[in-house]
Amino acid sequence: MKYQTVIGLEVHLQLNTKTKAFCGCSTDFGKAPNSNVCPVCLGFPGTLPVYNRQALNSAIKLALAFGCQIQEHTKFDRKNYFYPDLPKNYQISQFDLPLSRNGYLDIYSQDGPKRIGITRVHLEEDAGKLIHETGVSLVDFNRTGIPLLEIVSEPDLNSPQEAFDYLTSLKSIIEYLDVSDCDMEKGSLRCDANISLRLCGAGELGVKTELKNMNSFKGVKDALTFEVERQTRLLEASQKMIQETRLWDVEKGATIAMRTKEGAKDYRYFPDPDLTVFIIDQSMVSHIKAQLPELPREKMRRFVKEYGLTEYDAKILVSSKNDAEFAESCIQDYPGKDKKEMVNWLIGPLLSEANLRKRKLHELNLDKNELISLIGFVGRQDISHLSAKSVLSQLIDTGKSARDLIQEGNLQQISNADALLEVIETVIQENAKSVSDFKAGKTNALMYLVGQVMKKSSGKANPKVVGELIRRRLADA
Amino acid sequence: MSIDKETIKHVAHLARIELQPNELEKLSGELHEILGFIDKLKYLNVEQVKPTSHILPISNILREDKPHVSLATEKALENAPSKKGNFFSVPKIIE
Ligand SMILES: [Zn+2]
Repeated sequence: MKYQTVIGLEVHLQLNTKTKAFCGCSTDFGKAPNSNVCPVCLGFPGTLPVYNRQALNSAIKLALAFGCQIQEHTKFDRKNYFYPDLPKNYQISQFDLPLSRNGYLDIYSQDGPKRIGITRVHLEEDAGKLIHETGVSLVDFNRTGIPLLEIVSEPDLNSPQEAFDYLTSLKSIIEYLDVSDCDMEKGSLRCDANISLRLCGAGELGVKTELKNMNSFKGVKDALTFEVERQTRLLEASQKMIQETRLWDVEKGATIAMRTKEGAKDYRYFPDPDLTVFIIDQSMVSHIKAQLPELPREKMRRFVKEYGLTEYDAKILVSSKNDAEFAESCIQDYPGKDKKEMVNWLIGPLLSEANLRKRKLHELNLDKNELISLIGFVGRQDISHLSAKSVLSQLIDTGKSARDLIQEGNLQQISNADALLEVIETVIQENAKSVSDFKAGKTNALMYLVGQVMKKSSGKANPKVVGELIRRRLADA
Repeated sequence: MSIDKETIKHVAHLARIELQPNELEKLSGELHEILGFIDKLKYLNVEQVKPTSHILPISNILREDKPHVSLATEKALENAPSKKGNFFSVPKIIE
């Protein structure tokens, strides 16, 4: 590769407080336009903002989870600009004394773990929503003043995939902390990306593009992939790059340059005189630290240690907090010390059922006792693995018991040799080629023959028994 | 620090203030004087002084996360120069 890709992400996260950052207006999503508003969030002169204690708590929690240093002395500043979604003509944000700095987030790729630096996590407020119609733009201030965190990463990400992994990891941790809905479609998590290319080995960074308007993690990845190609083409053609903001157009699958005025960004930050400073002392930090839940990485290590899971399996199970809790209760209740069988069912058939239904594991409403009972039937060879998978699917859809479903479907496995011999004989007659292949030493041929018997017995034959019977039958011949 | 007319125009635009040519001249002089006055701070030794961001010696003023009753939408829109349905309406913003 000739060029190195350098990406930094800026995430804006809505905190899931009941009320807005600086007033008691509700943060409920989807309410009638301009119904969650008051003189404070509408920016009426003479009103005074007071920050939400819960928002500060959540912010500190999140910053600690990312290993950030909480700044002892922090304050709010005004970021001044005019836009119709901003009634005060300034956004309350943080400039030189942010809540926290110097954190990190670990992502996992094929090459192993990689640590991505987090420059800062700071507090700010959301703007309103604009709806563009012909001739006019309509403004809804319900979202105005909802507490936001801005999470800025170091330019440590070197591919669109790493950016995607960073977001997935970030979301997983935030979900564990329960400080935000993290729903990109609802706008509770938004992400802008800075991307530039440089010759491999070059010290200086290339000219960067700022990407906006992505509304899914996949959108972020796609926009970055497009941009890597576009910038590579420009560099290869020795064209001059300009620093610009580009919008991702999901329909066109392309980024489009945004029209901006030269030197428009002059925000004239200054301390907001309406808000006091915050002194966050050590006792407050340790108090909040004590409330931190077990985070995905710690849970993964514990699963490996306590239940003998592989790191790979554990990682799949811990990525969602609710899934991890469901999985752990299944594993705990599964009889015996060896949990491998249960783990295989969870990350194998159950996870595919979930993906098929576009749900998460815990959303399948599966009774863990039925899952345990089903695995028991397979273990005792009462039903085949294949039948069990279809029972699992029915367990989810019908909520009936595994025992009833097996009986109703007449799925009891046939292990009795006499009952199987007739089918085996037919299969041997019909598949002369495989039979001679097997005799010639091709072991795959046996698997094929077993498969044919399984098919003819509607999946009810016990494959182990069938295999043994065919082997014996062909050895005799 | 001298304040030329271009700077005045720039600052006026940032504040969305429309100035007449004679006002430009006048403000340029006034701002020059004000900044000259503030420049006096340069001669003070402030090495030991922490920057002040708030004039009152209070900190950590917070409110509980309890909802209040918001304004009725009609009330919120009452003073709007222009509205449409439940929305404030503004000249179209072109992106
Ligand atoms: Zn309000």
